[in-house]
This record gives sequence, structure tokens and C-alpha cells, in this order.
Amino acid sequence: MSAVADRTSQPVENKPAKKSKGLNAGQGRRGLLLVTPTIIFLAVIIIYPLLKAIQLSFQKDAGLDPATGLFVEGGSAGVSNYTHWLLQRCGNVSCPPGTIGAQFYDALRVTLFFTVVSVVIEVLLGIWFAMIMNRDFKGRGLVRAAILVPWAIPTAVTAKLFYFMFAYDGIINHLIGIFGISPQLWTSDPWAAKFAIIIADVWKTTPFMALLILAGLQLIPGDVYEAAQIDGASKWQTFTKITLPLVKTPLMVAVLFRTLDVLRIYDLPAILTGGAGGTTSLSMLVIKQKNEGFHGASALSTIVFLLIAFAAFLFIQFGGADVIKRPPKSEKAAPTAPVNPVAANATTPGA
Amino acid sequence: MTTTTTTTTAPPASGRTEAQEIHFKSNRNAKIRMYIGLAVLVIWGLSPFYWMVVTAFRDVGYTFDNSAWPTHVTLDNFRTAFSTDRGNHFGAALVHSLIIGIAVTVVAMLVGVFASYALARLDFPAKYAVLGVILGASMFPGVALVSPLFQMFTDFGWMSGANYQALIIPDISFALPLTIYTLTAFLAEMPWELEESARIDGCTPGQAFRKIMLPLAAPGLFTTAILAFIASWNEYLLAQQFSTPQTQTVTVAIAQFTGAQPHQEPYTAVMAAGTIVTVPLIIMVLVFQRAIVSGLTAGGVKG
Repeated sequence: MSAVADRTSQPVENKPAKKSKGLNAGQGRRGLLLVTPTIIFLAVIIIYPLLKAIQLSFQKDAGLDPATGLFVEGGSAGVSNYTHWLLQRCGNVSCPPGTIGAQFYDALRVTLFFTVVSVVIEVLLGIWFAMIMNRDFKGRGLVRAAILVPWAIPTAVTAKLFYFMFAYDGIINHLIGIFGISPQLWTSDPWAAKFAIIIADVWKTTPFMALLILAGLQLIPGDVYEAAQIDGASKWQTFTKITLPLVKTPLMVAVLFRTLDVLRIYDLPAILTGGAGGTTSLSMLVIKQKNEGFHGASALSTIVFLLIAFAAFLFIQFGGADVIKRPPKSEKAAPTAPVNPVAANATTPGA
Repeated sequence: MTTTTTTTTAPPASGRTEAQEIHFKSNRNAKIRMYIGLAVLVIWGLSPFYWMVVTAFRDVGYTFDNSAWPTHVTLDNFRTAFSTDRGNHFGAALVHSLIIGIAVTVVAMLVGVFASYALARLDFPAKYAVLGVILGASMFPGVALVSPLFQMFTDFGWMSGANYQALIIPDISFALPLTIYTLTAFLAEMPWELEESARIDGCTPGQAFRKIMLPLAAPGLFTTAILAFIASWNEYLLAQQFSTPQTQTVTVAIAQFTGAQPHQEPYTAVMAAGTIVTVPLIIMVLVFQRAIVSGLTAGGVKG
């Protein structure tokens, strides 16, 4: 790799006057060469399977043809795999209750429910955690290490741990018993099971949210707060008028990542409840369907992909989760940045 | 303090001492609230983990003892976790996870370091398109890979025997974007003047990168490698779908742990297994806490 890089930059050597610009000439080709392996990898591992899934989703699953009773080898299915899920059509009739096909809207609803409730709780708790950690105190490192523990535990282990804690004779029923609440069937009751998953998810991922928000908080200069204090702003005003707007971008990025994570949630419900109590998420439904037929599963996974892509689009477009433009610009943006304001200044007075 | 009170637009006249009094009280209350908050944070992070460890040492007969301290301490659960009598292969799964985690980390780092360097340092056509693709990849639902890859891997004959590549290759799909984002954020903050002066002194770009920048970037590289390894170690969906009995990972092994009788959940043995899987990660987190936090937030906030 470096040998290639060496060659492409030969002509640059003799004009070091323009500093970074001169030394980095030829960087266009060098940059493309350096990202090529990554692009090839992602194309082979993600883009090709995605296209393959879309292609598969328009084919029929092999199986018994209900009309003739004969085994058929597939063939083109048109959009029937999609109408199967979206319009709940199984063949020419609507899907009988209890079949996998009939569960699409239930899975969609419960996935959206998890997403909204988890993310809202995580944002509120995450902001609170971040604000606590943003203060000066001894043992900062220890506290941060303590809240990293849930993040470091594999989700599969977390699910097993909460499965144990949520057992009928388990510690959680024991603890709520102290407050006079009767024991719950946490892993099978329709409402308790949903909240069991949300509680476990919130426990595991709030620290991550808090760290992202904390990183945003630490970028706010202290004198902004001093100025607010001098102007007699109340705590609440300081929080809503200064902290929230200044922390908005990292907060929205954290919310974006978490939202997309919960929309594809699999491990936690699969292990904690196994889908009991109406907790089958969209991803779990794809895996269930996969064992019945690839093509139906491909259509469903394509729907999940589109849903997640759409959510990401909404966040980035309207939510202020500015993830693409912010990152690693380094100084490259600097030479061009001054140009734009000048141009802007030149045009605005005239307009 | 005086400037504060004089410029305050709040009540005049007697306002001064009162304001100071209020300031003092709210300060003390804020301190108390902060320590309560810190206590909540620490309990939040540690209590379920504590419960797992305590249960791991409990005698099976006292699984639901629910006392805060372990009574009837035993090491049996750890023996049960490793025993293969009931078709569990936890010990082997640890080795598989280690092999897969290391392979995924090495590949993602090797490929990712070049891309990160280019993204952090160089201006090239379609740079933001590349970033967009990588970002999209990091948000990609893993479940969308399952059916096409399963068919492909079946065709290749990878779905039986010890074919680690069936696990390593899909794992890279999320480890690589993660690596690139974290690493790019680290590299973007490096003092590039050093590289430039090395270049002026006659180093080729490759030499400058190898001899000057790589050693400086080592902490960032190391942190990124830890994050990639943890991500791969913790992966479940792809591991469950693409593992064969000879490549089953720890997360899958724990999820499928079976008890002495069918439908009987061997809670204490599972907690012992969970403890074994988790403790190395916890130690890593404790030791490299600072680096891990900066890695997570670098990848998250800036990327």
C-alpha cells in the first residue's frame, strides 16, 4: 500500500513552499487508493448481499402449490412477497391469524413502541447522567468505569441476566414486593414483557447515551454559564436556553444511533422473552420467516432496511443529526471555508 | 461575587446578602444532589452485574435466595458451565469467540487504517460519498444480510464444519465502519505538522506515516482495536445464524445453555458462564476507561 502511495506523490517533493497544500498534492489519487479496499469490502459484505436480498425478494419460495398440490421450485413472484407482508395477503386470502405472515403489523407496532419508549427514557436519563458526570468530583474515572459496565456486557448475557432477575421468584419481584406490588410474569405477560425488554435495554444503553451527551457538554465553554449566571438566568433557563441548544448536535447523533439500534433490536427480545407476550420484533420475525422461506424473509428484511434508512434520512434531514458533514474534515475544510464567507459577503450586500 | 450582585437585575437594596445566602444554600444542596446522583449512577451500572457474580457463586439449591450477600458459596457453577455432559460446549465457544474476535479486529484494522488516514487527512473526490457509504453501513440492519449470506454460504459449503470465515466475514460488516469512524476521529486530531516536517526532511508519504505518525497514533489504534474486539465478542444475531457446532461463539452458547432436565433453566451455571464472559471485558473497561470513553465519543459525536 505504501509503495503505491510513494509513487503517486513523487512530483510533489520540490515545492514545499505552500506547506500542507504542496505536500499533499496528488492526494486525490492517494485518497481514492486508500479507501478502495474498504469500499471493496463493504461492497462484497453489505451492498452485494443487500442487492441479492432485493433480487431474492421478488422470487417465490419453493413449496407446495396450494392450487395443484404439487411441489414447485419457485420462479418469479412479482411483488407478492411484499403484498404478503404489507397487505397481509397469503395467496389469495388474507393471512390466517397465528401464522408468521399475520404478525407483521404486530411486530412493527411493538418495534416502534420499543423504539419510542426506550429512546425517550434514554434521552432523559442520559441527559441527567451526563450533567451529573459533567461536574467536578473526585473519582470521576471510577464512576465512568462503573457506568461503562452495562455497555461492556454482551447483550446475550444481559438478556440472560435479566431473564434470571425477572424470574417469578427473582430479585425484581422480590424488590417490588417490598413496595406491596404483586409479582409480575415479566417474561410472558403482554405488558410486563414489553417493559422487561425496555428496562433491560435502557439499563444497558443509557450509559452510552450519557457518554455521548457528556462529550457534547464538555465542548461548551464555562464562561457561557458564567455570563448566564451574571444575567440572572434561572437553572431551568440556563438548561433550556444554553445547554440544550449547544448540545443539540451530539444529542441528535446519539438519538439517531440509538433509534436505529432499537429498530433492528434482536438479541434482547429473542433471549429474554423469545417473543412471548407479543414481543416479537421485526428482526425476530425475519429470522422466524427465514426458516420457512428465504424469499419471504428477503422481502421482510428489505422492508426493515427501508424503514431504517427512512428513519435515518428523517433524522439527518430534519432532526439536526449532522453526521456526514461534521466528521473528519481536519484542515481541508479550512482553506475552502474562508472562500465561502468572502463570496457570501460579496453577494449579500448586492442582493 | 461583587460583580455578580451589582450586575444582577434581580431585587435591589437588601438583595446582596440574601443572594449570597441563596447562592451558598443552593451550592450545598447542589453538592448533596450531585452525590446522590453519583450514587444512583454507580448503583445503576454495577447492581445487575453484582447480582450476576453473586449468583454465580451460589449453590444451585439457593438460586432464589435473594439475599444481598452470597450464602452457601460454591464453585460448582463454574464447573457446570465448563462441563460438556449436557451438550454444552462453553469452553470451546470461548476459544471460537477469541479466534473470531481477533481475526475480525485484525482485518478491520488493516483495512480501516488506510481508509481512516485518507478520510482524516486527504482531500479526494467523492470523499463525502465514501463517508456516507460507511455511515450507512454502520446503521445497516444485520438482519438484512442473513438470508442472502446464508444462501451464499450454503452454496460455498461453509455452513458445516469449522468454517470461521462464515462468522468473520459478516462480522466485519459492522466492525469495519466502527473502526473507520473511531480511527478517523482519532487521526483527525493528530498534530500533522510532524508529518509535514518529516516530508520536508525527505521522507516519502509512506515513510512519514510509518515512522512518525503510526507511533503517535498507537493509542488511538489500540483503543479502536479494543472497541472492534468487544463489538465482535458481543455479537449475537450473525453468530447465531452462521455458526456451526464447531464455531459456536460464547454469546450463542450462553443463550442456548441447557439444564439437567429439559425446560429447567440452569440459572446459576448461566450466571457463572456470563461472569466468565464478562469479567475480562470489565477489567479492560476499568484499565482503559479513559481511552474507551474517548474512543466511543470520538466515533459517536464526531462520526
